[in-house]
Amino acid sequence: MALLDATAISKAFAGVQALKAVSFELRSGEVHALLGENGAGKSTLIKVMTGAVTADSGTLLIDGHLVAHNTPALARSLGVAAVYQQPALFPDLTVAENIALALEGAGLWRKVDWKVRDRRARELLERTGADIAPERAVWTLSMPEQQIVEIAKAIGARSKILILDEPTASLTEREVERLFRVIQTLRGEGAGIVYISHRLDEVSAIADRVTVLRDGRSIATCEMRGVDRSELIRLMVGRDIDAIFPKREVPIGEVVLETRGLSCNASGVRDVTLSVRRGEIFGLAGLVGSGRSELAETLFGLTPADGGEILLRGNAVRIDSPADAIRLRIGYLPEDRRQHGVVLEMPVAANTSLANLRAVSSHGMIDQTAERDLARGYVERLRIKTHSLYAETGSLSGGNQQKVALARWLAIEPAVLILDEPTQGVDIGSKSEIHEMMVNLAEQGLAIVMISSELPEILGMSDRIAVMHGGTITGILTRAEATQEKILAMALGHA
Amino acid sequence: MFERHRREISLIAAILLLGAVLAAAAPGFFTFANQRDLVLANMPVLIVALGMVLVILTGQIDISVGSQFAICSVATGVFARMGLPTPLAGAAACLLGALMGALNGALVAWVRIPAIVVTLATMVALRDGLRWVTQGAWVENLPPGFQWFGQSQEVSEAITIACALALTVGVSWGLRNLAAGRVVYATGSDPNAARLAGVNPAGVVFAVFVITGALTGFAAVFNAVRFHQIPSNAGMGLELKVIAAAVVGGVAISGGRGTIAGTMLGLLLLGVIGPALTFLGLSAYWERAIEGGIILAAVSMDAVRVHSGKYGNVVGAQRA
Repeated sequence: MALLDATAISKAFAGVQALKAVSFELRSGEVHALLGENGAGKSTLIKVMTGAVTADSGTLLIDGHLVAHNTPALARSLGVAAVYQQPALFPDLTVAENIALALEGAGLWRKVDWKVRDRRARELLERTGADIAPERAVWTLSMPEQQIVEIAKAIGARSKILILDEPTASLTEREVERLFRVIQTLRGEGAGIVYISHRLDEVSAIADRVTVLRDGRSIATCEMRGVDRSELIRLMVGRDIDAIFPKREVPIGEVVLETRGLSCNASGVRDVTLSVRRGEIFGLAGLVGSGRSELAETLFGLTPADGGEILLRGNAVRIDSPADAIRLRIGYLPEDRRQHGVVLEMPVAANTSLANLRAVSSHGMIDQTAERDLARGYVERLRIKTHSLYAETGSLSGGNQQKVALARWLAIEPAVLILDEPTQGVDIGSKSEIHEMMVNLAEQGLAIVMISSELPEILGMSDRIAVMHGGTITGILTRAEATQEKILAMALGHA
Repeated sequence: MFERHRREISLIAAILLLGAVLAAAAPGFFTFANQRDLVLANMPVLIVALGMVLVILTGQIDISVGSQFAICSVATGVFARMGLPTPLAGAAACLLGALMGALNGALVAWVRIPAIVVTLATMVALRDGLRWVTQGAWVENLPPGFQWFGQSQEVSEAITIACALALTVGVSWGLRNLAAGRVVYATGSDPNAARLAGVNPAGVVFAVFVITGALTGFAAVFNAVRFHQIPSNAGMGLELKVIAAAVVGGVAISGGRGTIAGTMLGLLLLGVIGPALTFLGLSAYWERAIEGGIILAAVSMDAVRVHSGKYGNVVGAQRA
């Protein structure tokens, strides 16, 4: 019996097709794993189920009801509950209050029966097998304990459909075992569980069926018993390489940036040893949370290293702040462009010169003509579409904002350029322009570190590829030996 | 042109309208003596406002400037009575102001306590500390060369106005043309983005508090020399006047946007409204209410622009 049946679901965000006619069926009493690379459409699919987003087309049946316009409230009333990697609890309230908020009805003035609240919380927590006192404030709980509280909430709401999004990412082995026992109990009671995880071992241990998503399409649904791990990896990769990358062979020179045993306790980067050469595009692959961005932030001085060495052209250097990195001519284009790559309220010209005000000023005084010439040069060179050099950067399109951010780093005349997801959320046209630009920069002798979740981009643009897992590099492949399967296997920690 | 300087143009229109009403109904308002008093009374407010604009541009706030002003006023008098020549006594008062600003700045920038809390605490502590030390007594028996800097009243007033205007032009020019000014805007617009561009936002925040303290000291000195005694309760409510001028002048309270020119116009409108009511024969009790109305109108204008303009409805594309 299908608890949830989604047929031909499609959803686009700002022109990007996140789901293309995806079908997914969840039966009573099964654990159904959902697998796919970053950006394959898993999150969007569960958002459609929980009502966080509305599908553009397709039909959704929940517990036999045809749901035309799903909302979070409707999904909840039909028995859908989701537990995310980051629990959404009120930190200053107690466990019992958090559970009560989810279960008790509305009515601002009704009297609270504290005893009932407490007893129910205790019962629900007992069913999860966890030893958490209901009167504890949530902020005192560890991350796994908070996840248990979320699951207790779901059980209390008599949810028949439980969605677990990477529930084990921060759990120890013992905690995983306990979680699995809870899952098995719920399955035994006839609930259906959607289980999202990158850990293939766990998936094969707990799941009954598996659906693989790739590029927003459902590629295959099969019985877990019938497939092995390499088959799953093969299904997950093999994304269509629809773009042709403007990669050119350029002469590779001496080592520019090198790290030896680089670690940063605060951000979880461990023992990273790598070297990037002049003219080289060095790809950093890995799943979200594998430590790629954290490594970039350590190299740029945002979270300074507390172990190991960074060498620039063979000389050991200390990078304790972005200012240090910029002085050493290291540029860093962060992933979160809308947030921090450019100052949205500042004009294009001011954004271009911001990291290198020294170049356009003398004695601390900005030479407006020099600044304008600098900005105009990059606007022309990068083909930034803006009606004026003094237009607010926030008024430009995403791709053009990204180019302004790139212009700022080119203005420091960098020796090393770290690009974190340089083409994420950028339209196809700007994307290939940015790729073209990267090749030109490599040709001019820059050492480029490119982080990307898009395997075709990694394969198409990189000279060498380092794959990260759990905060460290699990292997480095040359352009010739790299394949999507090899990279994904290493990224999943199976190499 | 209109789009970019909308706030300045609306303020000029409001001021001209008020001027026209006054010219028709109460021409006495425009006598030289009245104008001079009005300008001189507002010069210290203008000088403090320069610092406040810097603080607000970085996304912070300093409500302790009134108390700093009182301490610097009294200190100027005390230093003068100790025998320091007036300029030196003034410089010492500025230094004292800078030190108080440094205390605020260090707590906000490095201890990371919200500015409103830090400066609320220093506002109360400094004001009551001063009351305790002076026992409420005014500084009297100032040396003869103290009042009017030992010059004639006209010369002293000319110096005051010249200094205030020079500072105003200087800060305004610096915000546009100095790398330091650029960094102030960047810090207030997006401290994380500024940090990624190699700016040290904590350093910038500390610096603007120090500058505000020093400017408050400066303002206190110019105010002190106008009288032959110095009240120990000077600068009551100064912080509100100054913040109101900045907000009415179009400085975004969230930081990153605003100009000195706008603030000057805001101060002009708010400074004129009170005396204008008296001249128009309206009860002075209406003054604060009207000021409040002007502030609300200004802030509403900002809100309407932000929510309906090109910055509204910008929702980042979500990806799976």
